[in-house]
Amino acid sequence: MDNGTGHTLKAFDDDLNRLRALISEMGGMAEHAIREAMRCLVQRDEETAKQIVTDDKKIDALEIETERRAIQLIALRAPMAADLRDVVAALKISGVVERIGDYAKNIAKRVPEIENRTIEPLSLMPEMARIATEMVHDVLDAFVARDAEAAREVYERDKKVDDFYNSIFRTLVTHMIENPKQISEAAHLLFVAKNLERVGDHATNIAEMVYYAATGENMAERLG
Amino acid sequence: MLMNDTTAPEAQMPIAPSDLDSGKTPKMKAENVNVYYGEKHAIKDVSINIHDDKVTAFIGPSGCGKSTFLRTLNRMNDTIPIARVTGHIELDGEDIHAPRMDVVQLRARVGMVFQKPNPFPKSIYENIAYGPRIHGLASGKAEMDAIVEKSLKRAGLWEEVKDRLEDSGTALSGGQQQRLCIARAIAVDPEVILMDEPCSALDPIATAKIEELIHELRGKYAIAIVTHNMQQAARVSQRTAFFHLGELVEYGRTSDIFTNPRAKRTQDYITGRYG
Repeated sequence: MDNGTGHTLKAFDDDLNRLRALISEMGGMAEHAIREAMRCLVQRDEETAKQIVTDDKKIDALEIETERRAIQLIALRAPMAADLRDVVAALKISGVVERIGDYAKNIAKRVPEIENRTIEPLSLMPEMARIATEMVHDVLDAFVARDAEAAREVYERDKKVDDFYNSIFRTLVTHMIENPKQISEAAHLLFVAKNLERVGDHATNIAEMVYYAATGENMAERLG
Repeated sequence: MLMNDTTAPEAQMPIAPSDLDSGKTPKMKAENVNVYYGEKHAIKDVSINIHDDKVTAFIGPSGCGKSTFLRTLNRMNDTIPIARVTGHIELDGEDIHAPRMDVVQLRARVGMVFQKPNPFPKSIYENIAYGPRIHGLASGKAEMDAIVEKSLKRAGLWEEVKDRLEDSGTALSGGQQQRLCIARAIAVDPEVILMDEPCSALDPIATAKIEELIHELRGKYAIAIVTHNMQQAARVSQRTAFFHLGELVEYGRTSDIFTNPRAKRTQDYITGRYG
C-alpha cells in the first residue's frame, strides 16, 4: 500500500501492507475456488467439490481477520485521506470477496446434482468462469497497485460476462423445452451461470471501490 | 497510472475549490499578505477568507507560518520590532492597517487565546472584568457582574467557579485557566476569536471541553484556530487551511481536506508522510 513515499512512522506502512496482503490472499483463494468448482462441475469431481465447500470457511476467517485489522488500524493509526479511503475499501472489498467465496461454495454444492454432462451450455461455462475470475484477479491487483486505470478497465469487462449469461440463459431455456426430463439439471446450471454473472458484478463493484480509493472520485460520476 | 498522480501539479492548481463560499461576504479577508522577519520571508502572498459562521483551522508543520499568519489578523506582529507585514487585511470590509484603525479596539474585536493559558495574577472575577472595564463596556457593578457571569457561562466555566470568583485565576487547573482565558476574550464582545494552539498544554479531557466550547461558540463568533493536532482540526473546523514553508498550499472544506486533499503536499502531511 505504497502511496509514493512511506509514512514517517514505518509501523503504519506495515499495518497497511498487511491489510493489503490479506485482501490479496482472500482474493486468490476465492478465485481458485471458483475455477476449481467449475472444473469439478465439468469433470464431476465430487470429492474436490466437498473440499471446496469446507475450504470456504478459510475465506470467511480471513474476512474476519481483515475486519479486525482494519478496525484496529483505524483506532490506533487514525488514517487520513488516501490512507483512510484505502482502509475503508479493504474493509468493503473483504466483504465482497467473501461473497464470491460463497458463490464458489454454491457451485460446488451443485456438482452431484448434474448427472448429464452433455447439456450444451456446460461447455461454455468454464470460459465464462475464466473471464469472471480474471476480473476478480485483476481488480485486486489494481487495488494493491492503487491503479485507477486498471480498475476502470475491469469495470468495462463486465459486459462480456453479462453477454455470456444471456446466451447461456437462452440456450438453457431452449434445452429445457426440448428435454423436459433434464429441467432439474438445467435449472441447476442456470443457477451456476447466475452465480458466475454475480461474480462479475462483484468484481465490478470492487472496481468502483478501488477507483474511489485511488482517486477520491466516484467512477460513475467521473466517467458519466 | 498511480493514484498520487491524480493530485494535480500545484503550480496550476487553485488553492481553493472555485465554488467554495462563493457569493458569501467573509468576516475577515486577507489578500496577498506577506510577512518578513528581518530578511526571512515568513509568509508568502497568502490570501484567505474567514467566515463568521465557520471555524477555520490552520494546520501545517512547525515553522510553516500558520501562527505568524494568525497573528497578522489582529496585528499582533506589530509588537515584534523586526516583523514587517504587507498586503491587505479587512475586517467587515475595513482595512485593519488603515491609520484610523485603533489597534486596541481591533484586538477587542479580534480576540486571541494563546497556547499556554495566561490568566492575570488576579481574581477570577478581575480576569474577566479587566477588559470590559478598560473598554468602558459596563456602567456599574451590576452590569459588570452580568458580563462576568455571561462570559463564564459561555466559556463553560461558570458552574465550576461561581462560588469562588475571588480566588486567583492562576489557582485553577490548566484546562480551567484556558477556559478562563476564552471567557476573558469573550467578555469584550469580540467578533472574531483567534486561537493559537489552545489545547497543546492540556490533557485530553480538558481538550475535549475546549473543543466542545469551540463548537458552541461557532456561529456567535468567527473562529480561527491554529493546531498541531490534525485530529483536532478535523473535529472542530469546517474549513481547513494547510500552510507549508510560508505558503498557503490548500484551503477547503475540512471534510474534503481530510478525505480527498487536492495537493500532494497536503496529502503527504495529513497522512503522516511529511519530511
